Amino acid sequence: MRREMHRELPKELPAAVAIVALSGILALVAPGYFAAGNLRDLFLANAPILIVALGATVVILTGQIDISSGSAFAICSVAAGILAKTGLPAPVAALGACVVGIGLGALNGVLVAYLRIPSIIATLAAMVVLRDALRWSTEGAWIQDLPAAFQWFGFKQSGYPVFAFAVAAILVLAVAMAMRHLAAGRWVYATGSNSESARLAGIDTSLVTFASFAAAGAFTGLAAALNAVRFNQIPPNTGVGLELQVIAAVVVGGTAITGGRGTIVGTVLGVILLGAIGPALTFLGVSVYWERAIQGAIILAAVAVEAVRTGLERNERTLANQA
Amino acid sequence: MTIPHLAARFITKSFAGVQALRKVSFDLNGGEVHAIIGENGAGKSTLIKIMTGAVKADSGEIAVSGRIVPEMDPATARALGIAAIYQQPSLFPDLTVAENIALALESGHPFRRVRWRERNQQASELLRRVGSGTDPRRRASSLSMPEQQMVEIAKAIGANARVLIMDEPTASLMHRETETLFGVIASLRREGVGIIYISHRLEEVSSIADRITVLRDGETVATFQRGEASRQQLIALIAGRTDVESFANRENRDGEVVLELRGLSSRGGLRDIHLALKAGEILGVAGLVGSGRTRLAKALFGLAPADSGDILLRGRSVCIGSPEDAIRLGIGYVPEDRRQHGIILEMPISANVSLANMKRVSRHGLLRASVEHHLAEEYRERLRIKASSVEADTSTLSGGNQQKVALARWLAIDPLVLILDEPTQGVDVGAKSEIHNLIVELASRGVAILMISSELEEIFAISDRIAVMHRGAIRGILPREQATQENILSLALEDRLA
Repeated sequence: MRREMHRELPKELPAAVAIVALSGILALVAPGYFAAGNLRDLFLANAPILIVALGATVVILTGQIDISSGSAFAICSVAAGILAKTGLPAPVAALGACVVGIGLGALNGVLVAYLRIPSIIATLAAMVVLRDALRWSTEGAWIQDLPAAFQWFGFKQSGYPVFAFAVAAILVLAVAMAMRHLAAGRWVYATGSNSESARLAGIDTSLVTFASFAAAGAFTGLAAALNAVRFNQIPPNTGVGLELQVIAAVVVGGTAITGGRGTIVGTVLGVILLGAIGPALTFLGVSVYWERAIQGAIILAAVAVEAVRTGLERNERTLANQA
Repeated sequence: MTIPHLAARFITKSFAGVQALRKVSFDLNGGEVHAIIGENGAGKSTLIKIMTGAVKADSGEIAVSGRIVPEMDPATARALGIAAIYQQPSLFPDLTVAENIALALESGHPFRRVRWRERNQQASELLRRVGSGTDPRRRASSLSMPEQQMVEIAKAIGANARVLIMDEPTASLMHRETETLFGVIASLRREGVGIIYISHRLEEVSSIADRITVLRDGETVATFQRGEASRQQLIALIAGRTDVESFANRENRDGEVVLELRGLSSRGGLRDIHLALKAGEILGVAGLVGSGRTRLAKALFGLAPADSGDILLRGRSVCIGSPEDAIRLGIGYVPEDRRQHGIILEMPISANVSLANMKRVSRHGLLRASVEHHLAEEYRERLRIKASSVEADTSTLSGGNQQKVALARWLAIDPLVLILDEPTQGVDVGAKSEIHNLIVELASRGVAILMISSELEEIFAISDRIAVMHRGAIRGILPREQATQENILSLALEDRLA
């Protein structure tokens, strides 16, 4: 009975502690890391990962996974560029990219939620097919000569980071609130925790799964548009490996890869930790070749913590069952 | 005096404080068919599991051919020639028949060479012995139920089983296949194999068993030689005592008809179900496992909609195609196996309570935490759920309290009809009577209740009427006053040999 009293530690904690530790070291050894310019560049480089990760968190919370987001990101980027070149204003081009993203996400959603194809297979297929379809249709050519109005979303170069930050902050807040305070958010957790139980409680778990993929597509589209405006050309091979960065960030943020448990706050922390570590190495004078290795170690540590925890819980539960 | 092939003496076993077996003794001679009969939960499966080493007894001993086996485990049992065949065949579906048989028989180092021709020859030889013409190269998944059953028997024979335990082997067999199986049993008996035969079908048991042992509530009630006991006697012994506490006098038992079923049938196994359930009434649904009780619940809750027939709710014909439909119409369902299906363990009590009725705790789609909290608090008090707080994870609660959370979820939708599937399974005695009281209280508030239970005592304790199901059909509906354990069991057990 007493066991109910002490609630378990938040799963976001390890990532938060790691960020604090890293910041501490940097503040002592390389305070230059915290220069405004560096933080801004860091943010701009990781904003797309963050926004895609918001959608990915929802998908993973329903107990699914989407590994096609890198390919979808490329298609949405190219779509945004093509729309911009027709003279449409940047916000409309961004909206167009979102619509394309929703379409691609919905496709995954149908495959997984209604045709019952395991999400790892369905989105693996989507990842390969989308990437090659894009390569075939663009013949590898970059989208160039983007109109000036598209650059920096129509803002001054100095104003753009503020705008992007505001967008990212609003999205983070909106998704976090939705997961916490909307019935739909509750359905996502219920579906990911125990989809059969959720179905027996009258939740349309297929719809929930479908909608989470479609929503993830929208985030991918928006992220693509916000990323595309930073450059004056769009290579069709953009976003290669993005899905892995995104999933890594979600997992490092404490979200259970099996679904049902995790928070948006955790994902934000995960993105910060994995995004901050690479440049931090440069500042600390460690060879950048270590970046991937260290990121890998962080992911492994996060998954190990999770595995140990669920292992312990399972033991407790079997004991409880036998008792 | 002959030494029995297998003897179990004074076996006692309890699970979680519940006594499953109490000083049970049982023996089996070579060349004998010894049947064990008893209600669901009488301890038959536990006894078998102890004899095959799948479960350890708390006390008592097992002797094989007169020698006491100190530590029975599955490998030892196999080495001693004890084999078991369960109701559901347990073949590896993606392997061939020959491979399945070989896995049971062959041993050696992992890199030994497989001699395919010998394997297949051995398999077809064994299959021939049990009268099965199945090609050993076929994949197990392509076999019908009875074919799989035969492969299981072939496996057992190949392992030179001296004791063969069969648990409801005919449950999935047709009449002719049953006869084939009986032929195989007869020839095994001639070869000196001892067979423990477990079945609900009294006719079958009477026709093939040399001895019959009746188990009730974990104790051996009686053992008869063939022909010593009549069917009536056996039923009376299986049922046992007839005095049970009851809640006979209750108000509000004659409300309007809320739920009516007219000729409900499904390919999944429901056959022409007719039923009328009144507001405030508790209808107990009795029957053996597999008699279609859960199937009926699933049809009513939209999980496995019926193929034909009508469901009328308050006189209006309704279509229930999904759980959402059922909930909208005011039907709640507390499923069997609450840990898997009834509640979400990782979620707090409050979220579990509101899950089927989120409208009640939200405005414009926005959840209102305080309303949700108060709703959960209300039910925590009403159902006396023991928890530190309604925000505690449901996984931290005891079984009885978890079941109350599952109930609370459905009370929160204000149901017209509440379907309960084994509502007190795995719940301790105290919580059990609390849950019974709750169900009665709900009924007196006008909820129509359909309660499926394998415990006759429970059915007797709180039902107003008792429906008995048998092979997908309702065999009879008895008012409680007229129902006795004997006549219910006789409806539930009755064979329909073609």
